[in-house]
Amino acid sequence: MSTLDTIVQLIYLAAAACFVLGLHQMNSPATARNGNRLSAAGMATAIAGTVVLIAAGEMGTVNLSAWIIIAAGVVVGGGLGLYTARTVQMTAMPQLVSIFNAVGGGAAALIAIDDYIRLSGAGGAIPLEISIPTVLDVIIGSITFTGSVIAAGKLQGLIAGQPIILPGSRLVTAALAAVAVVGALFLFVGNVSLPVFALILLAGLLFGVTMVLPIGGADMPVVISLLNSFTGTAVAMAGFVLSDPVLIIAGALVGASGAILTKLMADAMNRSVLNIMVGGFGTGDAAAGPATGGPGGSVREIGADDAAIQLAYAQHVIIVPGYGLAVAQAQHGVRELAELLEARGVDVKYAIHPVAGRMPGHMNVLLAEANVPYPQLKEMDEINPEFERADVALVVGANDVTNPAARSNTASPIYGMPILDVDKAHSIIVIKRSMRPGYAGIDNELYLNPKTGMLFADAKDGLAQLVAAVKAV
Amino acid sequence: MSADLLNALAIFLLAILVGFEVISKVPATLHTPLMSGANSIHGIVLVGAMVIAVEATDPLSQLLSFVAVAFASMNVVGGYVVTDRMLQMFRKRPTVSAPARPPAADEPKS
Repeated sequence: MSTLDTIVQLIYLAAAACFVLGLHQMNSPATARNGNRLSAAGMATAIAGTVVLIAAGEMGTVNLSAWIIIAAGVVVGGGLGLYTARTVQMTAMPQLVSIFNAVGGGAAALIAIDDYIRLSGAGGAIPLEISIPTVLDVIIGSITFTGSVIAAGKLQGLIAGQPIILPGSRLVTAALAAVAVVGALFLFVGNVSLPVFALILLAGLLFGVTMVLPIGGADMPVVISLLNSFTGTAVAMAGFVLSDPVLIIAGALVGASGAILTKLMADAMNRSVLNIMVGGFGTGDAAAGPATGGPGGSVREIGADDAAIQLAYAQHVIIVPGYGLAVAQAQHGVRELAELLEARGVDVKYAIHPVAGRMPGHMNVLLAEANVPYPQLKEMDEINPEFERADVALVVGANDVTNPAARSNTASPIYGMPILDVDKAHSIIVIKRSMRPGYAGIDNELYLNPKTGMLFADAKDGLAQLVAAVKAV
Repeated sequence: MSADLLNALAIFLLAILVGFEVISKVPATLHTPLMSGANSIHGIVLVGAMVIAVEATDPLSQLLSFVAVAFASMNVVGGYVVTDRMLQMFRKRPTVSAPARPPAADEPKS
């Protein structure tokens, strides 16, 4: 190992340390931005070190075309990344993360493809310690690529959000998985075959499509997390292929982070990851549980003026935002209302369910964008004991995550799902357009609770009415 | 099994454990920036993409490595910039007069 090579290897190590420390600083909103910058600095150093290594000829003679490829790739890709990152709407964040995920997984798969073409062209056997990571890289990378593209398409509304289940599609998915596994084993036992490798690649690409198509839009937080974990794993495999420790470390970190988030999201929906991947929930085809409204339940409608009086004279108000709020672009309205109430001495907090939004933590970003101070954003476990003391719980655009049936009704499809204990507040105001059920297709008995007043309006209009009415109080 | 592979496997395993340890402490409030930040970290695949670009001699390899470099660059640059954009919105106190202005008009990012 030359001196220069040693130095760059040490730089890679320092970069890996920056990634870990940067992620560590993400544990508080106060330090998170520095953490991300530390991670970016580590990345920049690692890339610069690689460029130096290439320029010094440590990887063999470099011809001009290689430089042109690298420069053009960085300009095109970096430019596109910069542009989309600067212009994307915060509501579209899940799509963007999916796209970045797709290209990351795609790049990892391309490395494996390129490597395999070279190795198979060189003739001779490929040692198992190269063929295993190469094949795994191409399988995971290709699944991630097409899977993330489909997920982004669904989130963007280019592909129908509902689960798309073609007849026999599960059979096709299983067959594709079988092709990939058999092909992989064929290569592992010592065969070198470019066509088989291409077949595995094709199976992986199609598998990504058939895996994500049947998954409903509301399950996207889980899917995105899972695909994120896949990309990390694919990058780690690329690290094995190229024997590059920094790729292994970075890939493993991301793989772990995606795995944790996947588990958290699935838990927040009270479903197993497997159950979500098999799909079918949130389709409306799952038989809706019987509406157990309880005896004598009826809906009480409330006007904006009455609601405003309740809010204005309350001491503690908890706002429960759901994705409906984001869809209606009503984040600023809710912040305005909260500020008005605070000016009157009301204590306002936000209760955020883990799956509020289309990706983990999405609602927090949307509210932060609307200038809501993060100390007011409370996680489910933290806020649930406080509902008992809340004078008013204001539910805006959230449905299933407030349904008490998840606690009490064993027949309900969402039974066991952790929910926000909105029904424990002294009184409840729900802004909702109609009595239409949420994505799970089940009735919410919260709306029949005698403590609940329904303010029938679009989230944005409803909040505007409340703001005007509170001002007039 | 070679010593190199054994080392690589040890690194892989330890990095996964470190990842679990570090990430499970991140509050739900920051899960979106966390995911997007982790996303940028796997942009390190750019290092690998540059390596295959150097080794590429035939047109097919050159094409593959070009796409790989472009994909990875998009991942790195976009990932870090968008994470930074999100994180700068997390404030302890509301700032005075912050109307909904186009985010792109914010101060330049690193």
